[in-house]
Amino acid sequence: MNGADKYQLNRNSYGRLVFTDRTGLMQEGVVPVRSFPITDPDQGIALIDSHGHELLWIERLADLPEDYRVLIESELASREFVPEIMRVLKVSSFITPNTWQVETDRGESTFLLKGEEDIRRLTVSSLMITDSYGIHFLIRDRLALDRHSRKLLDHFL
Amino acid sequence: MQQIQSLSLNNLPSIWVEALSSQLIAEENVLAWLEIDLDTQLHFATGLVVVTNKRLLTKMASDEIWQEWYYQKDLLLAQRDYAGVGCLELFDAHARLAYWRYRLGNDIAVSRLIECFTQQLDYYLTGKLPVVAEHTQVQCPNCAAFLSSEQEECPVCDKQSHAPPSTWTLLRLWRFAKPYKGRLLIGFLLTLCSTAATLVPPYLTMPLMDNVLIPYQNGQPINTDLVTLYLSGLLVAAVLAWMLGWARTYMLALVSERIGADLRTATYEHLLNLSQEYFGGKRTGDLMARIGAETDRINLFISLHLLDFATDVIMIVMTAVILISINPWLALVTLVPLPIIAWLIHLVRDRLRIGFEKVDRIWAEVNNVLADTIPGIRVVKAFAQEKRESARFHAANQRNLQINDRVNRIWSLFTPTVTLLTEVGLLVVWVFGIWQISKDEITVGVLTAFLAYIGRFYIRLDTMSRIVSVTQKAAAGTKRIFDILDHVSSVPESSNPVHLPAIQGKIELRNVGFRYGTRSITRDINLIIKPGEMIGLVGHSGSGKSTLVNLICRFYDVTEGMILIDGHDIRSLPIAEYRKNIGLVLQEPFLFYGTIAENIAYGKPDATRPEIVSAARAAHAHEFILRLPHGYDSLVGERGQALSGGERQRISIARALLIDPRILILDEATSSVDTTTEKDIQKALDNLVRGRTTIAIAHRLSTLREANRLIVLDRGRIVEIGNHTELMAREGYYYRLYLAQARNVDTEDRAIVSVAEHSAAGEHK
Repeated sequence: MNGADKYQLNRNSYGRLVFTDRTGLMQEGVVPVRSFPITDPDQGIALIDSHGHELLWIERLADLPEDYRVLIESELASREFVPEIMRVLKVSSFITPNTWQVETDRGESTFLLKGEEDIRRLTVSSLMITDSYGIHFLIRDRLALDRHSRKLLDHFL
Repeated sequence: MQQIQSLSLNNLPSIWVEALSSQLIAEENVLAWLEIDLDTQLHFATGLVVVTNKRLLTKMASDEIWQEWYYQKDLLLAQRDYAGVGCLELFDAHARLAYWRYRLGNDIAVSRLIECFTQQLDYYLTGKLPVVAEHTQVQCPNCAAFLSSEQEECPVCDKQSHAPPSTWTLLRLWRFAKPYKGRLLIGFLLTLCSTAATLVPPYLTMPLMDNVLIPYQNGQPINTDLVTLYLSGLLVAAVLAWMLGWARTYMLALVSERIGADLRTATYEHLLNLSQEYFGGKRTGDLMARIGAETDRINLFISLHLLDFATDVIMIVMTAVILISINPWLALVTLVPLPIIAWLIHLVRDRLRIGFEKVDRIWAEVNNVLADTIPGIRVVKAFAQEKRESARFHAANQRNLQINDRVNRIWSLFTPTVTLLTEVGLLVVWVFGIWQISKDEITVGVLTAFLAYIGRFYIRLDTMSRIVSVTQKAAAGTKRIFDILDHVSSVPESSNPVHLPAIQGKIELRNVGFRYGTRSITRDINLIIKPGEMIGLVGHSGSGKSTLVNLICRFYDVTEGMILIDGHDIRSLPIAEYRKNIGLVLQEPFLFYGTIAENIAYGKPDATRPEIVSAARAAHAHEFILRLPHGYDSLVGERGQALSGGERQRISIARALLIDPRILILDEATSSVDTTTEKDIQKALDNLVRGRTTIAIAHRLSTLREANRLIVLDRGRIVEIGNHTELMAREGYYYRLYLAQARNVDTEDRAIVSVAEHSAAGEHK
């Protein structure tokens, strides 16, 4: 699939993605959206206009020309915020709601866990923790965490 | 102005105050600020954005210098958010100058920052002082949310504080035990007496041994009087212990059963008062398990295990006192294993508690599988997924097994260890006792008494050790119950409610905004609905129609702005009283198990039969009800008579008619039935709508022809208002919607497609 000649994609000075289709129609504020952000992030990315209509379906990012791919990846990166928990430093109490102090790939942070049901099992060993504001924290492999973190986490599983 | 400044600076986190005040130039006042907790690369970092009367100031904690932008033409500060992360952007006419990212904690602070900035910019450009909007309502000092006149605490700030409940959960049960104080005290005294009675027999073995048996062995005859005395003492003590034991067990079981019942009722009552939001986030199976199984477990704990434990403690204390009074040295040796066992208990305690909490959670999971599958059994069968569902259940069960196995591994080690210690303890007493006898420090009788005592003593310790597990189980159960009880309804009852005797039905929505989780669903809705007016809400699914209705019903509370009924904020009215004025007809009418008459009279249980019949007539339900074998006494609901969708709908219309509400809400009332049935229902609805303020949501635009005004919503905002003819003439959003439906018979399918597209990008604004 090579659609490079059919449309154009670039970033304007307002920091928005601009999509120009075959007929020369320009759409500002185009947003890339992953279809399977958790289970298969690289498969199926859609470009959505500001009204929520799909403009383009990208089967795989790797199919795109280099410059478009970089553009889309940078836009995705600026929208995706799923800190990955590397270590659990402290949990304020074993009774929810409680405050978690964690070290993530994006720096140290604290968040509030409302209830155990906000810890969702993705696979056998990976977990997704949703905080009180709806931000997802990922634990890619809970078995690979250090002993202290595993012990703290174990209280809630 | 001065006051605003001091207010803002006062609330500013202390780490920033110094840094910021050194930056301020002459006559510069801080008007609003926002703490930033992410950098532009979305890493955690702190920073601050400040709006003053001169400029916009900003600094990340790691930056050396402050960045600044003085007010100038074409500057624009705007905000958008996606999946819990907000983005604040500063533009001029040509480009984006800067942007900041933050986690959505305080929405209101952001909108206040932007508002302040816009006002000041306006002032700079036009020279006109910003018009201070006249709000009759009080504003919250922290977040500037409007408070209704009776609210003292800000609902926004209030919601954000989630203090974890105390660890001493079991003690909190006292709240439920309190009403039974007197009976508990009697029970305690009985326990004391009965325990004392059980301690008499071992004591009597001492003189029996020393004064009767040993002298006999040494050649003296048996003293029959003495024997009779001691043995009758033994008998009396046994009978007394039996009676007292019975009285205390009965008394305490009585009390504990009542505590359990109170707990169950209180939890259920509290649960019913929680907002829709709570039920949205919980699963039915889990909630059912909590109210049923957990309260039962707590009940059992109080009536059986706690009672036993109390008895044991009393017994240990009494035994210790008796032993020490007989011979302090031997007593000391006897009691030495006690702390070791206590320590052992403590050691295992934590592990067991975690284990039992896990067991509970996994048990709820097993329940959830059932609660998922059984109601959806038609789908399961239709898609032939019985194997898959049974595999899911098997997997949940398997995990249950696994975790139970782990817990049992520790648990099974526990009891034998205690038994071993008991034996060792006895051995120590034997050794020390024989040694003391050989030194003539004690008599054989004393040693026998000691052995008899500590035999019981250690048996008690053994059963006592069981208290660890049951206490932990009960504590875990209590915690789960109090999880519900501690949950403050996000739709709080006003502390000082306004009672409205009769309402007119005027509804006013003022700047209404609602956010569910991180998704902002509606924004800036302004609408006045006159009494008796019929309003139709139109728009794609996901455009916020149902949300608006839920807000008006107060199933949720608005996050911004307010809703007024006859000029009163609905948050200041008592919830139940307010909802009595609302008749709700839903797309999927819910019938409870019971007779048709009971279902119609659900909102007004004291309705007379003629009232019920006339409501049913008006709802065009009378005739079909009469066709049923038992008429109005036919059983419906789950396990009851099967009714068609249209029939159920007409019963629910009769239900709404009977309470004679001033405000009527029809949420897709005719969507789930075919067109012929719809006509019947429509006739019933016409009766219902007459003279009431009506808000109707309908997918088929043709059903809203009667509406005085149509409100067209798109992605949480009002885009058009007017009646059918006006909106058609305008050729706007409604026109396109109408044409699309008129043109296609299969509009439904198309609408569904566009909804899917919609929700995919719905988060983005």
